[in-house]
Amino acid sequence: MIKIKIDQDKCKGCLLCVNFCPRGLIKKSPKLNKQGLNFVEFDLQGDCSGCLQCAVICPDCCIEVYKSE
Amino acid sequence: MEKIFKRCQSLSDLPMHYCPGCGHGIAHRLVAEAVDELGVREETIGVAPVGCAVVAYDYWNFDCSEAAHGRALAVATAIKRVHPQKLVFTYQGDGDLAAIGTNETIHAANRGENLSVIFINNAVYGMTGGQLAPTTLLGQKTSTSVDGRQKQLHGYPLKISEILAALPGVYYVERVSLESPAGVLKAKRAVKQAFQNQLNNLGFSLVEVLSPCPTYWGLSPQAALQWIKDVMQKEFPVGRIK
Ligand SMILES: Cc1ncc(C[n+]2csc(CCOP(=O)(O)OP(=O)(O)O)c2C)c(N)n1
Ligand code: SF4
Repeated sequence: MIKIKIDQDKCKGCLLCVNFCPRGLIKKSPKLNKQGLNFVEFDLQGDCSGCLQCAVICPDCCIEVYKSE
Repeated sequence: MEKIFKRCQSLSDLPMHYCPGCGHGIAHRLVAEAVDELGVREETIGVAPVGCAVVAYDYWNFDCSEAAHGRALAVATAIKRVHPQKLVFTYQGDGDLAAIGTNETIHAANRGENLSVIFINNAVYGMTGGQLAPTTLLGQKTSTSVDGRQKQLHGYPLKISEILAALPGVYYVERVSLESPAGVLKAKRAVKQAFQNQLNNLGFSLVEVLSPCPTYWGLSPQAALQWIKDVMQKEFPVGRIK
């Protein structure tokens, strides 16, 4: 199973990951982070393929990707 | 749990001050990843520019120097000559490298200094308020070309990479673009190549990175990437120039 972890305090809500995730598993949160910006959230129930599109495009290096059995 | 993508060692843990969707953050990460993959973090000296990336040294976990606006390649020349075994690179915007620093850029390239240059082309002066840069496209509106760049008034977008490629001292020039994850991966290969060339003593290498400035293009981050693809790449075609 593959999951991504988003550093919500570093996220600036640019939404590039939301636009590039081919499975639509990342969404803008209505909540605000420390910077006062709407960060993004990952759908933990979603079926992530680990394509890394989100992590590769993230301008703030906020996304880590994990694989577990 | 196995991490298949993580923040690399050469990128510090500080949050970056760039605007949402700015390409500088991506370019910083690519530089850091290339340094780590080549295993030269302790042997690297970066030279940060004046421009939005003025505190790039805070975001990298290796030695850095700062240079006055446009003078990064003069500073890098000195560092490399004193420490020829180090990996020395400059990171410069278009205002820095192709306007105020044109002189230093052309002469360092023409001397064939064994250096690597990461040249961020965002078609504006970001730090000072989005003024027209040498690389601004014809018709592009900036704070000092409110009706769009006109050739009669402002001249043509400056293709500094093509000019540099014509110099015999220059070994490698490639233009890449951060318009998509695929573009980012190609950009990473070019940055690593520019560093590898220096480690192999092959001479002056430059990577021009077409990089979004959503703030001064007046576009959303996603629309800025689309603009790179639809407009900027037409004037500045990506690929190996030399
Ligand atoms: C000698 C000198 N002249 C002018 C300035 C003002 N200045 C600061 S940044 C900048 C332009 C930066 O544009 P660019 O190099 O394209 O980088 P960006 O901010 O777009 O990343 C200028 C003109 C300065 N700091 N020093
Ligand atoms: S002004 Fe432009 S180049 Fe500067 S941080 Fe903002 S988006 Fe980036």
